[in-house]
Amino acid sequence: MREEGKKQIWKDYQKEIADDHFFYVRSCIRQSFFPGSETAFINILREELGKDIYEHPDHTTCTGIGYHSDLVPFETIMTVVARHFALAKEAGYKNFAISCVTSFGIYSEIIETWKHFPETLEKTRENLYKATKREFDIPENIAHASDIIYKFRNEIAQRAKIKLINIKTGEPLNIVEHIGCHYSKMFPKYGQGGAEFPEVLAGMIDAWGGKVVDYPERRHCCGFGFRQYLVQANRGYSVANSKKKFDSMEPYKPDFILANCPGCSMFMDKWQYTISEMEGKTYAENQQGIPVLTYEELAGLVMGYNPWDLGLQYHQIQSEPLLRKLGIEFSVEDKYKTKDGRQMPIPECPANINF
Amino acid sequence: MSVFGFKINEGRVIDYDKTDKRIFNYLQKNEPSFNLCIFCGSCTSTCSAGNFTDFNIRKLKMNIRRGLTDNIEKETEKCMLCGKCFLICPRGVNNRNIILKVREALTKIESHDI
Amino acid sequence: MSKKVVVIGGGITGMEASVQLSALGYSVTVLEKESQLGGHLNDWTVLFPNLRKGKEIVSFLEHGLELQEVNIIYNSKINEIKKINKHYEILLDNQKSIIADAILVATGFDLFDAHRKEEFGYGIYENVITSYDLEKIFAKGGEIKTPSGIKPKRIGFIHCVGSRDEKVNNHYCSNVCCVTGVKQAMELKTLIPDAEIFNFYMDMRMFDTHFEELYLESQKKYGINFIRGRLSEANEAIDKRIVIKVEDTLTSRPLKMTVDMMVLLVGMEPSKGTKEIANLLNLKLRESGFLKPEDDHTMSNVSNMQGVFFAGTCSGPMSIKYTFTDARAAVTKINCYLKEYELQNRIILN
Repeated sequence: MREEGKKQIWKDYQKEIADDHFFYVRSCIRQSFFPGSETAFINILREELGKDIYEHPDHTTCTGIGYHSDLVPFETIMTVVARHFALAKEAGYKNFAISCVTSFGIYSEIIETWKHFPETLEKTRENLYKATKREFDIPENIAHASDIIYKFRNEIAQRAKIKLINIKTGEPLNIVEHIGCHYSKMFPKYGQGGAEFPEVLAGMIDAWGGKVVDYPERRHCCGFGFRQYLVQANRGYSVANSKKKFDSMEPYKPDFILANCPGCSMFMDKWQYTISEMEGKTYAENQQGIPVLTYEELAGLVMGYNPWDLGLQYHQIQSEPLLRKLGIEFSVEDKYKTKDGRQMPIPECPANINF
Repeated sequence: MSVFGFKINEGRVIDYDKTDKRIFNYLQKNEPSFNLCIFCGSCTSTCSAGNFTDFNIRKLKMNIRRGLTDNIEKETEKCMLCGKCFLICPRGVNNRNIILKVREALTKIESHDI
Repeated sequence: MSKKVVVIGGGITGMEASVQLSALGYSVTVLEKESQLGGHLNDWTVLFPNLRKGKEIVSFLEHGLELQEVNIIYNSKINEIKKINKHYEILLDNQKSIIADAILVATGFDLFDAHRKEEFGYGIYENVITSYDLEKIFAKGGEIKTPSGIKPKRIGFIHCVGSRDEKVNNHYCSNVCCVTGVKQAMELKTLIPDAEIFNFYMDMRMFDTHFEELYLESQKKYGINFIRGRLSEANEAIDKRIVIKVEDTLTSRPLKMTVDMMVLLVGMEPSKGTKEIANLLNLKLRESGFLKPEDDHTMSNVSNMQGVFFAGTCSGPMSIKYTFTDARAAVTKINCYLKEYELQNRIILN
């Protein structure tokens, strides 16, 4: 694989990412399943990089899962998004930082729709005003939260406590990246690096010393598919997509998967358990599974955050083997303790995954 | 094993690297006109069997090319060997003989000759 | 004094038209941007549909020029073209200027830049090459190896790369790629008899003399396989071979195949030179960017500017055979024009 070829493509997809003063909108899935990620993101921006990032207490879900499952009509989701824009306007913010790829896809889709159909924009203004008496402006800059981490990847590298190398061998870790369909498949121009060879996560891995591993099914969907997952009988085809990816990446022996989208992160993490239970197949050496990290968790680890503060213990696939490879110290006793020291219940070990 | 209420779907992709091309290779050698098919479907449209069963000789030939041969024996049994498919073919593909050769190949596969 | 014709471009069209214009008694100057004549023809060793050598055509054209007095200016770059009454003044970047009573634009095509089909991985996966790259491999001679250095056992040709594709804004068919795919597949099979060769196509457009026969021959004698399905994306396997993903449309199922080498049959685009000259002369272009004649049926070769004519692939994709025909057709029109017979004076009744 020729790196120069990818860099040539990246030149065509350099998106504008705001430098400061972000209005942050959270992700339903990310804050539920990766509970340390969003806190880490805010800390990195505020404490480490000295940026202004604002969260409005009244912001809600974008209703994207409902929209993609045909439960929430387009008119409704446009009004929900417009309300977020109104909250930002009232708070004096023009740059959006979106924590979820599904939401990011929806924001992009809506803004594109308004560009092409100004009457729809007017109708949305009307709907929002009728419902809330609020008014909004379209933000000047829309970034996925990973775009912002990407933008400051070198600043993060300067503050790094570790590099993404195996301390025993001195070799860079093999890292597989997954950007999530709605990051740029619908609108390649809105994704850093485009859709076919995206740069957003690859750029972080490069900057922090790891090695990006490309594999034949890299571009394939994780299989979330919204309604496919939501209906139990359809989940077999949802999980089959992730399995296709795992089977394809397995020969490359990835040390971990870096994911962009909270949905993808969740499915690629949890399906490994499902596959191990249903087929007895566990990926990675010693049947440990392939850890799936969010970019906030990875940035946090690189900057020396405590893995348990980052919430790695809440993943399906546990990260201790990875932490050892990276030479990150952690306390075994603290893994399932609350911040004030109380012991939480310790989860059972799955039958076919070695922890 | 846990009960999840669903099964992991099998892939629908034809994995050409892994499918069984023994019949395909046998036909290429023993009925070279097999290669000339352009999949126009005139054989299927005129097929005696295809008009009353789900037999599709165009598809059968295509499946052989791709190495998808699981149901091939049952399929060839539907052919009435009337020969109209050969008569009509714009490229002179001897479809009738292809059926005979497929049966021959299946016998040889069974006796491990190919 | 004989009237002067300036031919812009010294490819097949420019060469053949110059010979014929000169034979008719006109004073001809060819402006060629490169240091040699022949254009793209120099890059193709063997030609469809009869597998004759490309060099033979070059020699035929060169011999024609030897017999006539044609002034050729190599490495020329045109800065400006001024219309003065009925003639044109062409200013070159070396400060020289040339007067022309008529201009023939023969600026040809550029090959589609395969990098633009990002999902095919050209320039990223080393075993993805173009039909043009394959010609260079043929020209070099010797044993055929993939860029990874192995003797290929399985090769895939991808049709319609940069043609019939809204995503790269080329809606047209490039005419020559289907038959080039058949030709190159046969050449490869001759050089590597035990290789499996697959052509992935949308339609096989075998429209011209002997094309269909060549297609049949490729199946009959060479065992080339044809799969109807357009490449959706290519990926690199762990051993650097290429994983092709298409729909096998005739079994209605997705199909995945690993090949040692993937060849992209790149189409034609209006050349950079065509755009520049069109700009200097205010010539009308089609939506595709190729030059547009005054009337598609009755005015081929005739531009919207008086005394300016065009021929060959600057007006659209065409094979060598039609390039010759078009060059000679343009010569007839220039001849009529310089003898003051104007096609435009003929009336079309609605």
